[in-house]
Amino acid sequence: MTAVQPPHPTEQSTDTPERTPDAVEAGTTAHRVTKGRSRVPWRFLGGRAVFYAFTLWAAITINFFLPRMMKGDAVTQYLSRNRNVTPEAADALRSLLGLDTDKSLWQQYVDYWALLLQGDLGVSLLHGLRPVTEVISQSLPWTIGLVGFATIVSFAVGTIGGAIVGWRRGSRLDALVPITTFLSTIPYFWLGLLAIALFSVNLGWFPIGKAYGVGVSPAFTPEFIGQVIHHGTLPAVTIIIASLGGWMLGMRNMMLTVLDEDYVMVAEAKGMPSHRVLWRYAARNAVLPQIQSFALSIGFIVGGTIVMEMVFSYPGVGKLLLDATNAKDYALMQGVFLVITISVLLANLLADLAYAFLDPRTRQTEG
Amino acid sequence: MTTLEFDAVTKVYSVRGAGHITALDDVSFTLTSGQTIGLVGQSGSGKSTIAKILTQLETPTSGEVRLDGQPIPRRGKGLRAYRQQLRMVFQDPFASLNPYHSIRYHIQRPLRLDKVVPKAQEDSEVRRLLERVRLDADSVIDRRPHELSGGQRQRVAIARALASRPKLLVADEPVSMLDVSIRLGILNLLADLQREEGLGVLYITHDLATARHFSDEILVLNQGRVVERGPADDVILRPQDPYTQALRAASPDPDHFFATTTGHHGGAA
Amino acid sequence: MLRGIRPAYLSGITKGTTPMRDTLLSVRDFSVVYDVDPPVAAVRNVSLDLQRGEILGLAGESGCGKTTLAYGVQRLLKAPAVITSGSVTFHDASGEDIDVNALDPDAMRRFRWDKVSMVFQGAMNSLNPVATIGAQLDDVFEVHRPGMTSAERRAAVVELLEIVKVGAQRYRSYPHELSGGMRQRVMIAMALALRPQLMVMDEPTTALDVLVQREILKQISALRHEFGFSVVFITHDLPLLLEISDRIAIMRDGRIVELATAERIWNDPQDAYTKTLLESFPRLTGEKGMVLR
Repeated sequence: MTAVQPPHPTEQSTDTPERTPDAVEAGTTAHRVTKGRSRVPWRFLGGRAVFYAFTLWAAITINFFLPRMMKGDAVTQYLSRNRNVTPEAADALRSLLGLDTDKSLWQQYVDYWALLLQGDLGVSLLHGLRPVTEVISQSLPWTIGLVGFATIVSFAVGTIGGAIVGWRRGSRLDALVPITTFLSTIPYFWLGLLAIALFSVNLGWFPIGKAYGVGVSPAFTPEFIGQVIHHGTLPAVTIIIASLGGWMLGMRNMMLTVLDEDYVMVAEAKGMPSHRVLWRYAARNAVLPQIQSFALSIGFIVGGTIVMEMVFSYPGVGKLLLDATNAKDYALMQGVFLVITISVLLANLLADLAYAFLDPRTRQTEG
Repeated sequence: MTTLEFDAVTKVYSVRGAGHITALDDVSFTLTSGQTIGLVGQSGSGKSTIAKILTQLETPTSGEVRLDGQPIPRRGKGLRAYRQQLRMVFQDPFASLNPYHSIRYHIQRPLRLDKVVPKAQEDSEVRRLLERVRLDADSVIDRRPHELSGGQRQRVAIARALASRPKLLVADEPVSMLDVSIRLGILNLLADLQREEGLGVLYITHDLATARHFSDEILVLNQGRVVERGPADDVILRPQDPYTQALRAASPDPDHFFATTTGHHGGAA
Repeated sequence: MLRGIRPAYLSGITKGTTPMRDTLLSVRDFSVVYDVDPPVAAVRNVSLDLQRGEILGLAGESGCGKTTLAYGVQRLLKAPAVITSGSVTFHDASGEDIDVNALDPDAMRRFRWDKVSMVFQGAMNSLNPVATIGAQLDDVFEVHRPGMTSAERRAAVVELLEIVKVGAQRYRSYPHELSGGMRQRVMIAMALALRPQLMVMDEPTTALDVLVQREILKQISALRHEFGFSVVFITHDLPLLLEISDRIAIMRDGRIVELATAERIWNDPQDAYTKTLLESFPRLTGEKGMVLR
């Protein structure tokens, strides 16, 4: 840029040193401009990776210590249910479960990690000593499939709806907000039971509970898939109804904030069509905080659906965890906790990536 | 006579990924009561860093700030005594006043904290301070900040700063958020107080015109360095440093403008 | 002290040299009320003619209605602001007279930016933080010039960035990567995109440092010289306005109390409020309006 020229030729009409205006220009902002083409935020991603690795290590370590700090081990519990087990068999069980106390705690910890890295989470007492990984992998798809689907639909519908309601503030659409908020304040078990009473018992439209009918074996046949959809409809719809209000309210409020921003006014002054202002300018910015909440709720899909799975007798992870806790099946509990931890972390990682993709300001390499 | 010495102060911030940024580079000045120093600079010049160091929000990397020869205590009674001697008036009077409290409360608080007057005299002292900044005490004392105009709020902020009977006042862009027609009133008020109470005033601003009329001495800051200093009229009317000259040239100056375009001097208004 | 010749950067705004002196915009009896309780009359029966190619300064203190007037003319006001009376006629270069109030929403949308563009105050917030500079400039062409191919649009955006000296390499930059001055240049490029006949500038340099401000003003002046658009320049900074405007309208309480050439406002103000304003700012080099010390 050109140097500022003093208006008085008598007072040194030569150019001021080049540095002066440039320095001022640079001084008006705290940010340095990145000129390079490299848009991958390695620094940001690296920092997050370290954070996630540490969190995972901490969670697994706590997971290791938790059952060892509790009173009453699983074998005692197991023995009280099965009287005809010899003391030798009980000892064998203890060593199988890694509960033999002749090893040092450190040794146990190292063994625990070694087994974990081999994908061995121990065996479940509750499920006839089958490997925990096998037990969990039978339940996990049901939970992820049903609740994941319902959460994504709820998020999408609520966010899009909230954007439109916020955009048309003052119109009759505003009524949607109190209605959906009311629906989400109903206790979930009550909503579920009501849905069963109405649609399953009275109207007979949907089956009561379970993921698929008795006598059908899982396979990729049209019949089986039809069964899964038929059984999954009520739980999915109730989850959507219960969570829609939050998404809609959050998005609407963010829209109201964003609509007051200058760039929305500029977009309108620019003669942009309404839909373009709504989606490319307003909603595109308003959705950013939603992404964070979405990540949290995705993370809690695995662990946070116990009530739904109880009400609808759905064979998911929540029900598994509940049963394991009741039976003090520590290996299974640990396994489920591990799965929950990993899914929360994964969801957060995805949210970070989405955020970095959607909001260029987070990508900024500081300096 | 109170003397504030800002002695060879350097402040370096380390910024992650960008190394070090020198916000202040060997800045010295001495402010005595009864004197006004204008600190002129644009954003990033370091003038707000000086305000932060004076309010103890930041500590110098090197150099020292002394009040009457004593280094500023870091904490405790000494720090409180220092703060009682040196008060701030900020740019945004609305942000610096709590919307939930009355004007009375805002001025009473420093009176009580610094035990300026016995409790029985608090009310009359609050009224005296409000009258001092040319406000009608009866009509404003029980109001809240949002019920006052911008100029009135800034007057309240000044009254609050005066409550502890300081010797020095740091005014950080005190008029830049106010409407043009009331700026002069506030600056005249500060000038009156400065004269009548023998206050030392550090006037921090980006505006050359007010700095010229309001200050005895002006320091021009650029990128943390003092590039020019001297009596106000010398610095503004006859700048020597290229940066000051550029600032001067870029500032609106209708007197000069119309003198050179129409041949009239200073205008006939 | 020796006074030199007019500084080079002011040469584009010499008074009285603009050849065309016909009217670009006629505002008649324009009123805006904020429909709150009690209603506030923000603009009261304002009439004014804007000449083709001139810089009209709109001065006044906060709440005087200067911004409401400028936005109201473009029908950009939002509830609770209501236009209660008045007409706005835009005399297009094609010879057609456009009654702005009679435009349907779609025609209004096409009118905006094509005939009248704006530069807003908040250099920081005028740009969408999640879209690149290039995309936001491209937007204007995509909507208003649907016939352009994407290659043509890109070429036009690159040209604009070069005109305002931001540089084509910033095409993929995001707003937060630019300084305040750079962002305001991008806004000027955007305002220039469709070669409008009028630019409304609302405190375009208020948030900027004085050196950057002068650079931007120079640029506006040079561009106006090159492209011949009119400017309505809104600011409370009367000294600045006096230097850059052909004519100045002083507003107070929703009314224009005085409208005259900058020179006349300076040398021979008629209204008492104008005189008050002129006396209230400290002079950089003159002796009037100084602090009593």
